Amino acid sequence: MMLNIENIRAQFPILAQQIHGKNLVYLDNGATTQKPISVINAITNYYKNENSNVHRGVHFLSGLATKKLEKTRNAVKKFIGARYNHEIIFTKGATDSINLVANGYSTLLKKGDEIIISELEHHSNIVPWQICCENCGASLKIIPIKDNGELDMDCFYNMISKNTKIVAISHISNTLGTVNPVEKIISKAHELGAKVLIDGAQATTHVNLNMIDLDADYYVFSAHKMYGPTGVGVLYGKEEALNSLPVYQGGGEMIKDVSFKKTTYAPLPHKFEAGTPNIAGIIALNEAITFVLKLGIENIYNYERELLEYATNEILKIKGVVIYGNSKNKTGIISFNIDGIHPYDIGVIIDKFGVAIRTGHHCTQPLMERFKIPGTARISFAVYNTIEEINICIEAIKKAKSMLV
Amino acid sequence: MKSIDIIQNEIIDDFNMFDDWIQKYEYLIELGKDLPLLNSAYKIEDNLIKGCQSQVWLHAEKKNDTIIFTADSDAIMTKGIIALLIRVLSHHSPQEIAESKLNFIAEIGITDQLSPTRANGLVSMIKQMKIYAVALNN
Repeated sequence: MMLNIENIRAQFPILAQQIHGKNLVYLDNGATTQKPISVINAITNYYKNENSNVHRGVHFLSGLATKKLEKTRNAVKKFIGARYNHEIIFTKGATDSINLVANGYSTLLKKGDEIIISELEHHSNIVPWQICCENCGASLKIIPIKDNGELDMDCFYNMISKNTKIVAISHISNTLGTVNPVEKIISKAHELGAKVLIDGAQATTHVNLNMIDLDADYYVFSAHKMYGPTGVGVLYGKEEALNSLPVYQGGGEMIKDVSFKKTTYAPLPHKFEAGTPNIAGIIALNEAITFVLKLGIENIYNYERELLEYATNEILKIKGVVIYGNSKNKTGIISFNIDGIHPYDIGVIIDKFGVAIRTGHHCTQPLMERFKIPGTARISFAVYNTIEEINICIEAIKKAKSMLV
Repeated sequence: MKSIDIIQNEIIDDFNMFDDWIQKYEYLIELGKDLPLLNSAYKIEDNLIKGCQSQVWLHAEKKNDTIIFTADSDAIMTKGIIALLIRVLSHHSPQEIAESKLNFIAEIGITDQLSPTRANGLVSMIKQMKIYAVALNN
């Protein structure tokens, strides 16, 4: 199906905006995507007409808010092809989800146990595991990457052993766009009895997800990178994987009975949902899922691939450009540098042309270390971007280069 | 030596000559390129001010009761801003530096560079210059 991009753009009020007197060209979607009007309306409508605390309330509005929140849980379950609604835990975001699992593992693991991550992970999928290792004495092993930005799978196969208890890997690299062979990683890990957590922050709008087929033990993502609101994330876990984790935060909703002698905890999913959740955000996530499903993930992926190929060709025409991450299997992310120019300088200059990209280490400092660079300039696409916008961006980069060299 | 405020006003006048941001940025880039090299002996971890994106090495020494700053950065725009900071603060007494109120950054219309993202570490840079002044004041 061909997507009608003009129609799609019309659903995003922010895209009509001017920045420094120029039309906004928003190419920082890897950091966060913009929100369609349906998502924005769901948030305002909630506060205007539905605001009430969820669960346990006996009055009408509380019932309504609870119903809508649980409806999102069901929508997420279907969206990612999970077995049960109670395998969907609402969190603050992908980072929060990983912390929940890593914190649990710090009580499950001991000295001699091993955790495997990779060189291209976001700090969110590094630091929680380092903290976990500090707390329990387990050790962290790192899968290196090859020059083209793909995981060195031979190293992974050599590294994994009976000592490996959990492998935590991103589905898609936020810096390089590489789609990692998570299926292979999961099947190898399971062979040796290790669990697997997949960081899907960059994947939810690019890969059709089916948790039953994928067989990941944990899968995490953020609503705000898939056209939804900030402050909402999902931790999917297989029922038994979630049950094996100890409680994370204590508070309301996660309890069964509280007494000063002994408190007992609620079953899944509430066991991990202490405190009042981001109700408006969770309800709006349902709209984001509807938006994505209506367009079709495959259509989004194909369209963004077109943008990626066009932009890659154009940017390589600029002399001195180096692109980091050249896997054939990558999504709409281009990380690049221009010989002799610091990425920060490119970012601040093209901002003046209304072009928003990200520059820096993208919260992947070990990966920058691997390539021996201070950072990169990163263009990342969403479904509302156009060839015309890429042209504006390329022209701005050329202008920046001419100013800087 | 001219007072800090007089130098700030000169910089504001310089930037007022420019019609648009491109000229301002080009001037900053120029200043960055012209910034005297920092002695490599001073380009060390101890002198590093880490911004989130660009890094700055700042060295200070006392000469005849005034502080002399030298610096470098890996990003040229950041270097241009350092050049301005050095022009304003270098060769002044520790007390003048510590008590200075830097209004020129806002006045010349490059406050985007002052964003709280810590991107270029400008805020830490100014703070560090003042800390050096206080530390070298005895």
